[in-house]
Amino acid sequence: MKEIRWHGRGGQGGFTASRLLGIAASVHGGKHALAFPSFGPERRGAPVLAFTKIDDTKIHDRSEVQNSDYVVVMDETLVTPGFEKGIRLGATILINTENIEKYREPLKEFQVVGIDASSLAMEILGRPITNTAMYGALAATSGLVSKEAAIASIHTEMKPKLAALNEKIVERAFETINAQVAVC
Amino acid sequence: MKSNKIFISGDEAVAQGVRLSRPHVVAAYPITPQTITVERLAEMAESGEMEGEYMHVESEHSAISATMGASSVGARTFTASSSQGLLYMAEGLHYCSGGRWPVVMMNANRSVALPWSIYGDQRDSLSLLDCGWIQVYVEDAQEALDMIIQAYKIAEHKDVLTPMMVNLDGFILTHTYELVDIPEQKMVDEFLPPFQTPNKMSFEEPKNLGFSSKPDDNTEFKYQQNEAMFKAIDVIRDVDQEFAEKFGRKYHDMVEEYRCEDAEVVLVALGSVCGTIRVVVDKMRAEGKKVGLLKIRYMRPFPETEVKDLAKRVNAIGVIDKDISFGYEGTVYTNVNSAISKIDKYVYKSNFVGGLGGRDITKDEIEEMFNKLFSGVENKSEEKVEFFSLNVESND
Repeated sequence: MKEIRWHGRGGQGGFTASRLLGIAASVHGGKHALAFPSFGPERRGAPVLAFTKIDDTKIHDRSEVQNSDYVVVMDETLVTPGFEKGIRLGATILINTENIEKYREPLKEFQVVGIDASSLAMEILGRPITNTAMYGALAATSGLVSKEAAIASIHTEMKPKLAALNEKIVERAFETINAQVAVC
Repeated sequence: MKSNKIFISGDEAVAQGVRLSRPHVVAAYPITPQTITVERLAEMAESGEMEGEYMHVESEHSAISATMGASSVGARTFTASSSQGLLYMAEGLHYCSGGRWPVVMMNANRSVALPWSIYGDQRDSLSLLDCGWIQVYVEDAQEALDMIIQAYKIAEHKDVLTPMMVNLDGFILTHTYELVDIPEQKMVDEFLPPFQTPNKMSFEEPKNLGFSSKPDDNTEFKYQQNEAMFKAIDVIRDVDQEFAEKFGRKYHDMVEEYRCEDAEVVLVALGSVCGTIRVVVDKMRAEGKKVGLLKIRYMRPFPETEVKDLAKRVNAIGVIDKDISFGYEGTVYTNVNSAISKIDKYVYKSNFVGGLGGRDITKDEIEEMFNKLFSGVENKSEEKVEFFSLNVESND
């Protein structure tokens, strides 16, 4: 089973991203998935978590996620002391940042990947809603779901006009991540 | 069979199950973590996707009163609540079962104040075991949807005519999204025909309903209510079988045994934690340890026969209670223990109380419970009620 932890602020769409990944994996990918928010009341702007579990077989485990394989950070101000707790050593951490280099030393026990999702979202959506950019970047980095499944999940979940814009964002996120891999 | 699988939460799965069951009247008051269910039902009623009427009510007490009233003229009805809201209904719950009105309710299991808590445990519904409602506990969103449909068929059966509460764990099930198969309306219609009952107000056959009783006949009413609950056991079995033939999903009636065939020690639990226990059972089985799970589905009527049958085959039984009856023990344990006391054999028993107010129950904790049961048998330990993962000093 793969466990994914999403960090965002209330209103940034972190829980939507966790569900999109679940839809891509299950409805469009033939696997099993659970997606859930950190339980309890949520406020706009406050730090919130969301989770996705993905497996080839039915997921019975209903306990909390304690060893994330992938962590997605939609707002880099959320990388604060104690952030590493509950992340598997060697896990991949994806951060929305203009400068990923500054995270390499403090998070050296993990693989860190950066993408400037805010600029990408501003360019295409005109608003700094970074969830689908980070979702696309996660799919491209991890291979948890294919690009086709990721795009299909957006069309399953969103109205056509918004889906078209977000499809473009996912395409660009894939290009950005693939270009980084090519450079390495 | 055509499949229509969508990725939805437990709350939404319940709303889908209700829509497919074609209730005439839905009356509910929103409360976390049930809110999404009633929001969806209100939307469905507004858009015409659901034909029934959504009645706005000012409280849970009114919600149960309204559904009872509609049921008394022969309507199929639905309500939903949780925690404080369910307890606010309590007077009406007894009234409804006594009136033999087969209202179906969803309860999102949530802790009870004080301290105030919106998070999950099972103290709300377990404190109402004696209110005369059939109580079933589900493990995932699919089972939640399927049990709403089954609930109408069980509750409305002429031998039962008893209201039914479908319980799903707050947040863990209500707010978790998963793949759920939505049955076709045509198939649900074939499985669940319209509600027919002689027990209704009608101009054609006027009769007295909701009446008073005197000491010389009250006991007989309560006796019949109790008999109907026992008759429900056969109906539950038949309905589950018919459901399996129609929809291809079977829920093993009153209980489900998981890897209990040759088990030495077994954990008993209700609801979503059963899923996590399955994972631990598989791990320990792979290590050669003979452990198993008894998932209790129905708390009322209680699966006494099944518990006794299992107890005859094992050395130890541990009961997880997301509940405590203060001054004694967990309520599930009390019920299980009563059944075990009726067999002619000693079984080591232990009560693990925890997961209260939303606290996670981890795989490590479950494994430790199994190990404590093994060592309890070996060392002939004293049987006790233990709060697990406690952060204050206990008496031990």
